[in-house]
Amino acid sequence: MSVVIKAEGLSKKFGTLTAVDNVSFEIEAGEIFGFLGPNGSGKSTVIRMLCGLLQPSAGGAELVGFDVVKQSEEIKKRIGYMSQRFSLYEDLTVEENIDFYGAIYGLARPDMAARRRTVVDLAGLEGRMEQLAATLSGGYKQRLALACALLHDPKIVFLDEPTAGIDPVARREIWDLLFRLAAEGTTLFVTTHYMDEAERCSRVAYIYLAKLLALGRPQDLKRLPEITPDGSQWFAITSDDATQLLPELRRHPSVVDATIFGEAVHALVRHGTAAAALEDYFRTQGDASVRCRAVPPSLEDVFVALTRIHRGPMKGR
Amino acid sequence: MMFRGLWAILKKENIHIKRDPATRFIFAIPVIELLIFGYAIDTDVKNVPTVVFDLDRGAESRQLVQEFANTRYFMLLGEVHSDQDLQSAIVSGRAKVGIKIPPDYSADLINGRQGQVQVIIDGSDSTIALQVLNSSQQLGFLKSLAIEGISPAQFKIDVRPRLLFNPNLESANFFVPGLIGIILQLVTVFLTAFSIVRERERGTLEQLLVTPVSKGGLIIGKLLPYTAIGFGQTILVLLLMVFLFGVPINGSVALLLLLSAVFLVPALGMGIVISTFARNQSEAMQVSIMFMLPSILLSGFIFPRESMPLPIHLISFLIPATYYIEILRGIILRGAGIVALWDEALALAGFGIFFMVLSALRFKKHLG
Repeated sequence: MSVVIKAEGLSKKFGTLTAVDNVSFEIEAGEIFGFLGPNGSGKSTVIRMLCGLLQPSAGGAELVGFDVVKQSEEIKKRIGYMSQRFSLYEDLTVEENIDFYGAIYGLARPDMAARRRTVVDLAGLEGRMEQLAATLSGGYKQRLALACALLHDPKIVFLDEPTAGIDPVARREIWDLLFRLAAEGTTLFVTTHYMDEAERCSRVAYIYLAKLLALGRPQDLKRLPEITPDGSQWFAITSDDATQLLPELRRHPSVVDATIFGEAVHALVRHGTAAAALEDYFRTQGDASVRCRAVPPSLEDVFVALTRIHRGPMKGR
Repeated sequence: MMFRGLWAILKKENIHIKRDPATRFIFAIPVIELLIFGYAIDTDVKNVPTVVFDLDRGAESRQLVQEFANTRYFMLLGEVHSDQDLQSAIVSGRAKVGIKIPPDYSADLINGRQGQVQVIIDGSDSTIALQVLNSSQQLGFLKSLAIEGISPAQFKIDVRPRLLFNPNLESANFFVPGLIGIILQLVTVFLTAFSIVRERERGTLEQLLVTPVSKGGLIIGKLLPYTAIGFGQTILVLLLMVFLFGVPINGSVALLLLLSAVFLVPALGMGIVISTFARNQSEAMQVSIMFMLPSILLSGFIFPRESMPLPIHLISFLIPATYYIEILRGIILRGAGIVALWDEALALAGFGIFFMVLSALRFKKHLG
C-alpha cells in the first residue's frame, strides 16, 4: 500500500486562535479514514488545508506526492471535495451541475460521456437529471454533490459530514457507495458525528481542541490503556427503571464514568468490582431488574473518555 | 491554461442570468432611471409661484405686476392683503416669491421720484432664488431705462450671447448623457460584486476553489456576461435619449462605444475588489453604495465640478466616472473627437489597469 496523504505538524492559527495544532498522520490508498471530533475542534480546517483552500500556519502536507502549499493546483486535479453544506448551484438542474463540473475539470467529450454515465449510475441519479438541484431532497443533494466530486475520477475524496441531516436509509445508501469507491482504490477522508459510521472506517482519528488525541483502527482504539486504566472495566448496564439508572450509577463510588448507550448505560468501573456486586448493590436499592455485563468500550466511550482526560482538571466533571 | 474553465463559467452564468427572477428588471431599471432624471429633475426655473401685495393699486403698479408675469419666471397665484399673509404664503411653501408694492409707487414714478418695489424670495432653494433674483433685478433695470426713453437697441454695447450645443438650455441634454455613465457603472459594479459574493455566501465558491479552474477563467467568465448586459443597457439608454428626449449624438457613435468599453474595465475591476471585501450580499450592498455615492455626487453628473471647493474638486479627479461623463458629454453634446478627449481616455485606461491589478491581487484562490 502506498501513502497518499501525509500530514506533518499541520497547524493553523486564525489570529490568536489555534484552530489546528501540530497534527500529523499518514493515510494509505484505499482507506476510509474517519476524522472525528466535536464541532469547532478543527476538522473542517484540516480538510481545507489539505485541499489547498487554506494555507497552513506551520507544518505541511503532501497529497499523492504533491505539496499542499506549492502544488495546490496539481492536487486540485486529483481530489474531490464535498463540503459540509450543499454547495452546488440550486438554480441549475442535476444534469447542468454535472456538466458544469465536467467542463471545469476539463473532461473531453468522449471521456465526459463515459464518466457521466458512471457517476450518475453510481449515485443513482437517473430519472432526476432534469430536476433543479434546489428541489432535491437532502439525500439526493448529497448524491449529486458526490457525483460531481467523483466526476474526474479523483484519487482522494474529502467528505465533510456527508450524512449530516439526512435520513437513515439515505445514510446507509451513501455509505454503501463509499465502500464501493474504497474497494476500487479511492481514498476517502470522511468526517462524521455518527459512531456507527466511525465503526465502519478502516482507521479513525479523533481531534479535540485543535489537537489530534488518537489515531488507529476502531478495535485498537478501544484497547487504548487510558480508556480502561488500572484494570478497570466497562459494563453495559440495563434496568426496567432506566430513568434512575444513570444518576444512581454516577453516585456509586466504584463508577468512574457513565453514559447512555442505546438502551443500556455504559459505565467504567474501578478494578475489583464484579458485575454481580453491582447488581447486588441495586437490589439493596430496591431495583432488582438491573443487569450488568462486561463489554468492550464502544468508540463513543473511547471518545468521551479521551475528551474527559484532555479537558483537564479545570472543567472536569 | 490561464483561462481554464472560462467557457464552463460563462455557460453557467448564462443559466443563472436566465433563471434569476431579477433579470426581468435588468432593462427596466435603466429606463425608469432615465425617465426620472430626464423628466422629473428639471433645473430649468420657470413659473415660480408668486403672490402680490399691492398697496398702491394704481395703473403703474398693475403694469409692473403684469411685466413680472410676462417674464415667464413668475407665476402669479393671486393677491395677498397683509404682510402676515405674504409671510405665511412663503412660510407655508405656497409661494416662493412675494412682490410688495408700497402705496405711493405710482405717485413716485409720476413725480419723477424713485419708485420702490420689494421682492421677497424664499432662499431655501438656491437655484430658484438666484434665477428669481437676477430676473427681478433685470426687470427693474430695463424698466428704469425705458422710463428714461432708452430702448435696448440704443445700448452702447450690445452683448450677444450664443448658447452652443444646448441652445434651449434643456436640462435633459445635460443629465441624460451623464446618466449613461452612472447606469453603466451601477450595473457593472453591482452585478459583478453580487455575482461573486452570492457564490461565497452559498458556499459554491468554496466548491469552485477546490477545482482546477483558473483565476482568470473564473473572473473573466463572471465579468463577460455582465459586460454584455451593461453594453445592452447603454445602447438602450442611448436610443431613448435620441428618440425620446431628442438629444442628438453630435460626435462619433463608434468612438462613444469604444470609450464605453474602456470605462467598463475599471468599473468591473471595482466590482471584483468590492466582492473581495464583502462576505455576504448585504455587506456588498453597503460597500457598493460607498463606491457609488462619490460617482453620483462628485463626478459632475449632477453638480458642476467647477463650483466645488478645491479639496472636493481634487477628489473628483480620482473617480473614473468623472472622466467617462466628460467623454459622454463631449461626444454627445459637443461632437468632440478622440483628440479632444485623449486625456480622459488615458485616465480611464489608467484606472482600468489600477483596478484590474488590485482585483487580481485581492482575489485569491483560497479562503481566509
